[in-house]
Amino acid sequence: MAHMTPTPVLEPGQDRTMILNMGPQHPSTHGVLRVLLEIDGETVVRLMPDIGFLHTGIEKTCEAKFYQQVVPLTDRIDYLCPMTNNLCYVLAVEKLLGLEIPEKAQWLRVLLNELTRINSHLVWLGTHAMDIGALTVFLYCFREREEVLKMFEMVAGQRMMTSYFRVGGVALEPPLGFFDRVRDFAGYFPERIDQYENLLTGNPIWLMRTKGVAHMTAEDAIALGATGPTLRGSGVDIDLRRDMPYSSYEKFQFKVPVSQEGDVFARYMCRVQELRESVGIVRQALDGMPEGRYKADAPGIVLPDREKMKTQMESLIYHFKIITEGFNVPAGEVYQAVESPRGEMGYYIVSDGTAKPYRVHMRSACFANLQTLSKMCEGRLLADVVAAIGSIDIVLGEIDR
Amino acid sequence: MALAPAITDIEQLKEHPAIARLTAWNASAIEGVKFDRDELTIYVERGALREACALLREDSACPFNFLSDITCVDWYPQEPRFEVVYHLLSIPKKERVRLKVRLNSGSPALESLTSIWPGANFFEREVFDLFGIRFTGHPYLRRILMPEDWEGHPMRKDYPVEGYR
Repeated sequence: MAHMTPTPVLEPGQDRTMILNMGPQHPSTHGVLRVLLEIDGETVVRLMPDIGFLHTGIEKTCEAKFYQQVVPLTDRIDYLCPMTNNLCYVLAVEKLLGLEIPEKAQWLRVLLNELTRINSHLVWLGTHAMDIGALTVFLYCFREREEVLKMFEMVAGQRMMTSYFRVGGVALEPPLGFFDRVRDFAGYFPERIDQYENLLTGNPIWLMRTKGVAHMTAEDAIALGATGPTLRGSGVDIDLRRDMPYSSYEKFQFKVPVSQEGDVFARYMCRVQELRESVGIVRQALDGMPEGRYKADAPGIVLPDREKMKTQMESLIYHFKIITEGFNVPAGEVYQAVESPRGEMGYYIVSDGTAKPYRVHMRSACFANLQTLSKMCEGRLLADVVAAIGSIDIVLGEIDR
Repeated sequence: MALAPAITDIEQLKEHPAIARLTAWNASAIEGVKFDRDELTIYVERGALREACALLREDSACPFNFLSDITCVDWYPQEPRFEVVYHLLSIPKKERVRLKVRLNSGSPALESLTSIWPGANFFEREVFDLFGIRFTGHPYLRRILMPEDWEGHPMRKDYPVEGYR
């Protein structure tokens, strides 16, 4: 990014080509992505993404905060899947601490994580379809997304920046009526997915805009560091929830949708099927939700119950100490990865034994996925660039951090 | 809440496919190992990094064919100051390994991995931008997150959180 020097500079390679600047203010770049294109007529010769416009130095800020104060920073990275980021961060800190989490908290996390995936995929589907020209789908998707956001508001008091997961469990017991509402939603949502599919999957215009467009082979996808549906759309069968389970995902049954074609349509199909699988996981979580505490019994790390804090001196002291001094984490380092709606979200945390993390690095899925854009678009038509950007499902907040 | 102590003895860990592969190739390329919290770290000698990665990628028993992440840790004011951290993943075997290279503070430079994984491009640019580590052989080593005319490398520990005033 630049406020003075125009960077990066792309020089036309031949006389017949020209440079086209797309973004940072462009309706299909989902935030502030600038794409530099060298075009020969309608054909893209070279493509170069330029990022950094949303860089706020979150990793640096984390180093100046206590471990528990980092949680609200993590949702602001990716505002479409806040819970996934919360989850990844708290799992990493818990791994550093060697903390055991009660089963109920783990299942709640899975439940909310899948709702987050639904939320994120709905925004993706709506905007992706809108980019390509199918305006109606957007309205349908946001109708259901609103319901998911209301459920987030019920548990966390916030629609988007939830910060609901805490080191050692979750912040609060979900309120009365929450599970019924989720069950309701899980009941009618598969029908709604059919509605979206009716609008798109067999639609000849949609097929012409997506089939065979922005093709990428499995070898390229692996070499470029793609993950998530971008990788699975090229036929590589990996999903961290199934292959390296965390937070009791091993207790759930679900399929991992994989498509072999490697085009925009394949990635679309992967995500739509993931929506269905996510509803299945939500239902399993509701049916099997264990009884017990929603946070670990670890005084000094987990905030005490409000009631106890007001009546017992011990709890009051712990509360005061956690808030004012934080808690020390044994020295060491961990890399924790989770399957976010966009791919492998990883947190690498280094602790030096104090109450503040020495280094927090976020491995963002979109950051790596964005590199595949040149591979997908070079040699193809300019109009397909928009379809390709949508099919990677980028969130610039996560890319720039 | 008991943490098992870290294992740093290479003899106990030589069964691990990544260590077995690297010791069979060149034992002196490994500067140290650590197995802590179920995660394996291999300290690799600076000059051997690129070849070690190429070997691990092609390993027939357990190919670490996916580069998850590249980042860096600044241990200012200690020397060697920088640790460049590579996270590799084996998609067929679902195994992870962490490679680390230590670098001194005087003009830190390292070989680029872009010839092995083109996806290393953005990650190396980010490390260059925020830590000032140069990757030789990188096709386009320019700032990626900060403005082109920015001074300093913000993620270094001697760079104040509020920035220079």
